Amino acid sequence: MNVKLNGEPHQLAAGASIPDLLAILGFAAGRGVAVAVNGEVVPRSEWRSFRVTDGMQIEVLKAVQGG
Amino acid sequence: MREKLQIAGRVFQSRLIFGTGGFTSLQTMADALKETGAEMVTVAMRRVDPMAGGSILDVIDAAGCDILPNTAGCFTAADAVFTARMAREALGTEWIKLEVIGDDRTLLPDGPELLAAAEQLVDDGFVVLPYTNDDPILARRLEQVGCAAVMPLGSPIGSGAGIRNPYNLAIILENAEVPVILDAGIGTASDASIAMELGCDAVLVASAMSRAKDPVRMARAMRMAVEAGRLAHEAGRIPRRLYAEASSPTEGLAQL
Repeated sequence: MNVKLNGEPHQLAAGASIPDLLAILGFAAGRGVAVAVNGEVVPRSEWRSFRVTDGMQIEVLKAVQGG
Repeated sequence: MREKLQIAGRVFQSRLIFGTGGFTSLQTMADALKETGAEMVTVAMRRVDPMAGGSILDVIDAAGCDILPNTAGCFTAADAVFTARMAREALGTEWIKLEVIGDDRTLLPDGPELLAAAEQLVDDGFVVLPYTNDDPILARRLEQVGCAAVMPLGSPIGSGAGIRNPYNLAIILENAEVPVILDAGIGTASDASIAMELGCDAVLVASAMSRAKDPVRMARAMRMAVEAGRLAHEAGRIPRRLYAEASSPTEGLAQL
């Protein structure tokens, strides 16, 4: 299946979870990261059970210098 | 006993809020942060870059500071609300420095979008600190919808132009019942002092330190300027006069 991850197209195996996505980004599922799917925040408590499906738009944000 | 800065029930010893934008290294930022004695530090939310090294959160944690995420870069209320929710999820704080910008060139706040976002975020349980124009009416509206503070600009972000309209700021200060934090425009230490002398409860400083030739030294200057300005405000300045008023006794002069 195909998804957009931070604006870039990615191919994923069916049934991928949010931690699988973060692994693609080379990012540990640590503090300071938030994930949204199709514009809605996915709470951390749901990351493991959440199943990514074809066509989803996923944003992964973290805190950086600014302001 | 001197009055402390208090925002949404939280008490701060320092009246300087540390903006992290523009520092060329995390080490310089950490050194500057230490010099300011600030207890609250801003961060922005951006897409994860796997190549980026170091974590700003580690630096903030090591300094024992609170995190104040912002919605920098948002142009609509919807974007800002989304970014605030992402920040809350990522950082575990309900505090948000709300920025909704009108255009790239001025980075001035978009009043209607800002107010709409503030109202929605307050309803959503956030502690909202809005970056606003130096407009007394907009500041009042933001306070009325439940913002925990108002953050009027001195001049555009990063301009270093100081406080362009101290009269508007004075009106905001006279009317506000929430803390007034001067945000944006501080170019050097005297600007921070003037803000505090005018009666601001705190200032937010970023570019003036991070883009100074010596950021760590400027950070120290800012700490002293904020403290000096606050002390002068509490002490009460003398009125400005057109003519002189002698400070030496006018009686007992020698008759020659």
